[in-house]
Amino acid sequence: MGLENIIAEALPEVLTTRLDSLINWARKSSLWPATFGLACCAIEMMNATTSRNDLARFGAEVFRASPRQADVMIVSGRVSRKMAPVLRRIYDQMPEPKWVISMGACATSGGVFDNYAIVQGVDKIVPVDVYIPGCPPRPEMLIHAVMMLQDKVMKESVRDRRDIPEEEAREAVVPGTLPVTDGSTARQNTLPESRPYTIASRHERRRSS
Amino acid sequence: MSSAPTIPPQFEIVDQPLDTQMTISMGPQHPSTHGVLRLELVLDGEMVVKVTPDIGYLHTGMEKLFEYKKYQQGIVITDRMDYLNPLGNNLAYVMAAEKLLGLEIPTRAQTIRVLMCELQRIGSHLVWLGTHALDIGAMTVFFYCFREREKILNLIEAASGGRMTPSYFRIGGLMMDLPAGFEHRCKQFLDDFPKAVDEFHTLLSGNRIFQRRTQGIGKISAEDAIDWGLSGPCLRGSGINLDIRRANPYSGYETYDFEVPVETDGDVWSRYMVRMREMKESHKIATQALARLQPGPVKADAPKVVLPDREAMKTHMDALIHHFLIVAEGFDVPAGEVYHPIEASKGELGVYMKSDGGPKPSRVHFRGPSFVNLSALPMMSEGEMVADIVAIIGSLDVVLGEIDR
Amino acid sequence: MTPENIEPSPEQSLSSETTPSPLVAALQREHPEWIAEVIYAFGETTIVVPREHLVATCSFLKTWPEGQFNFLADICGADRGVEEEPRFEVNYHLFSTTKYHRIRLKVVLNEEDTHVPSVTGVWRTANWHERETFDLFGVIFDGHPDLRRILLPDDWQGYALRKDFPLRGYEPYSLK
Repeated sequence: MGLENIIAEALPEVLTTRLDSLINWARKSSLWPATFGLACCAIEMMNATTSRNDLARFGAEVFRASPRQADVMIVSGRVSRKMAPVLRRIYDQMPEPKWVISMGACATSGGVFDNYAIVQGVDKIVPVDVYIPGCPPRPEMLIHAVMMLQDKVMKESVRDRRDIPEEEAREAVVPGTLPVTDGSTARQNTLPESRPYTIASRHERRRSS
Repeated sequence: MSSAPTIPPQFEIVDQPLDTQMTISMGPQHPSTHGVLRLELVLDGEMVVKVTPDIGYLHTGMEKLFEYKKYQQGIVITDRMDYLNPLGNNLAYVMAAEKLLGLEIPTRAQTIRVLMCELQRIGSHLVWLGTHALDIGAMTVFFYCFREREKILNLIEAASGGRMTPSYFRIGGLMMDLPAGFEHRCKQFLDDFPKAVDEFHTLLSGNRIFQRRTQGIGKISAEDAIDWGLSGPCLRGSGINLDIRRANPYSGYETYDFEVPVETDGDVWSRYMVRMREMKESHKIATQALARLQPGPVKADAPKVVLPDREAMKTHMDALIHHFLIVAEGFDVPAGEVYHPIEASKGELGVYMKSDGGPKPSRVHFRGPSFVNLSALPMMSEGEMVADIVAIIGSLDVVLGEIDR
Repeated sequence: MTPENIEPSPEQSLSSETTPSPLVAALQREHPEWIAEVIYAFGETTIVVPREHLVATCSFLKTWPEGQFNFLADICGADRGVEEEPRFEVNYHLFSTTKYHRIRLKVVLNEEDTHVPSVTGVWRTANWHERETFDLFGVIFDGHPDLRRILLPDDWQGYALRKDFPLRGYEPYSLK
C-alpha cells in the first residue's frame, strides 16, 4: 500500500498494523490458565506444564490460582453436580476476555460416566471454546488445543470481548452459546427446554437380560 | 458499576468483636488441596480450632455404574478412581473377581503384575512428592519428579497403551504380554532410579526450611491411627509395622525380599521419610521381579472367562465362539461375596464384591484408603497453624477420585 | 427374620486369609445369642449378627485376646433387591493388626425398619463409613454423632445406590 511504503521509508521505526491484530496477538501469547484441575485430566495438565511437554513455551506460563487474574479456564476432569455451581461461580469471577477449554471426554460430554452424578458436558454450564477428546488426552493434545485457541483468539474482534457488568454476567446462563457481539444474549431470559429423562440408559435396558 | 451485589438471604451478618473465631472455607478450587476438597476451617487468628472436610465434589457414582457393567467392563472404570495408581485399582478389582471365580493365575502374569504395580507405586509416590514439595515451596522438586514419572509412564504406555488409564490387568491374567524390548527399557529405568531418589534427598531432606515445616507437625499417635483406620504410609509413619503385602500376601509377594519402612514420630516428616524409603523398596521389588521373568502364558486357562488369542480366534471355531460369548454376554460369576484388600500406594485398598450369579456384579464397593486417611485430618490439625494444613494434607496423600468415587 | 440355628458349613478353601474357625467356635461357646448364622466361603468368614447385639459383639471382638480386631477396615451397605426380604444388609469388615486375620459381620435389615446402632464408640473410623452408608442407602445409624450426607449434595432427594434409583437420575442438570 502506498501509505505504508511512505511511512516505512520516512519513519522506519514505526510499525503499522490493525488494532485487532495487535491486541489479539498480545492476548494469545500470554494466555494464563486458572487452575481448575478436577480429576485425572488434571494430572495430564500438570504433565503438560512440566519439562517434557512445556506449555510455558506457548505463553501459558503461570497457572493463576485466583480466577480474577486468569484468562482461560481449562476444565480438566469430570464435573459432578455438587461441583457445577462452583464451576459457574469461578467462571463468572473471571474478567473478560475469557475462554474455556474443555479438556477430556468427561468435561466435553460426560465421558464414561453417564449417570446421576456427573454433568453431561461442561457446556451446559459455561460456554466452551475448544473441546479436547481423550480419556485422558495426551499432553500434546492439550498443547494443540491451546494453539487452536490461539488461532481462534487471533480471529476475534476486540468489540466482542467487552467486560459486561456483573449482574448481566450472573444472569447469562444460556448454555451452549458463546457470549458474543454486544451482550444481547445476556439479556435474553429464555432457556432451552430440558428433555425429560424418560429414555432409560442403554445399560438399564440391558439389565434384564 | 451499578448497584452493589446483594447478599443472599441464607447468610446473616453478625456484628462481633475481633477476638472471636472466624470460619473460612478453603474452597473446592484451591491450588493446594490436591483436588476438589473443601475444608471448613474455624480459626482463632492463625491457629486452627476445628477442621471439617466437605467432600463429594468429585462424586462420580462409580459404584452404581459397576452394577450395570459386566465384570470385564468394570476394569475400565477402576482406572479413574485413584488416578495416580490405576494399576493398583485394576489389580484389586481383578483379584476380587478371580477370588470369586476361583481362577489360578500363571506365574508370569503374577510376576508382571508385581512389576507393574511396583512401578506404579513409584509413580504415585513421585506425584505425591512433587505436589507436596510444591505446596511447601520447593518448585524444582516438582519438575524433577515429573521428569522421572514420564519414564514410568512411557513404560506403562508401552505395555498397555494408556499412560494414566492403562486397564492392563484382566480377570485371569493380563491384557497381553509385554512388548519386545520392554525388559531392556525397564532395566535402564531401574538402574537410573536410585540416583534420582538421592537427588530428592539432597534437595529436601537436608533443607532446614523443609525440616522446620514438616517436623513436629500433624502428629498422630499409634493408637489413634489404628482407631481412625489409617493405613499405608500414614500408619507406618506412626510406628505400626503393618503392610498388607506382608500381613495378607497376594500375587506372590511373600517370595520377594523387601523391608517395610517404619518411622515412629507420627508427624509429617515421618510420613515423608516412610514414602521416600518405600520408593527404594519398590525399586528393589521391581528389580527382583524383572530378574525372575520367565517365558510362559499370561492368561489363566479358563476359556469361558479369559479372551482367547487373536490368532486362535481367527482360526479356531471354539475360540471364536468363546470370544463372542465373553464379549457379548459376559461370563457368570458364582454367587457370593468377597473382600479383597491390597496394599495400594496410599494404604489398604479393599474391594468388596458381591455377586448373585449373573454376568454383572450385584454390589462393588471400594474401600478407598484416602477416604479413611482424610477422616483423621481434623484430629491431626487441631492446634496447628493455617499454613500447616497444607503440609498435613500433602502428607496424607489424598486423591479425591478415590475419596469420592 | 434370620434363622436362629448355627450352621458351620465346612471350609472351602484355605488361603492366606485363613478362617479363624477356632475363633468362631470360641465365640459360639461364650455368646451363642450373638451369632445368627455363620458362612464360610472363598476363604472368608461371615457372621450374621442380630442388630441389637451388634455393638456388644464389636466391642467384645475388639478387646478379646483371641480376636483383637482393633481395625475396622470397612463398613459397606448392600441392597439385595427391591423384592428381597430382608432388603438391606450392612457389612463390617474387621481386621486385626496383631494377628492379621479378618472377619466380616453382617446385619440384615428390612425395608421398613432401617435402623442400626452405630459403632462409632468402638472404632472412631466408623464415623465416615456410616455417613457414606446413610448417604447412599438410607440406613440410619442410631447414636451417630453427626449423621448427614457426605458424598451427594446436601439437598439431594433419594438414596443413590438403592436398586430402585435409576442410573441416570431423575432429571438432567440445569443451572436453575
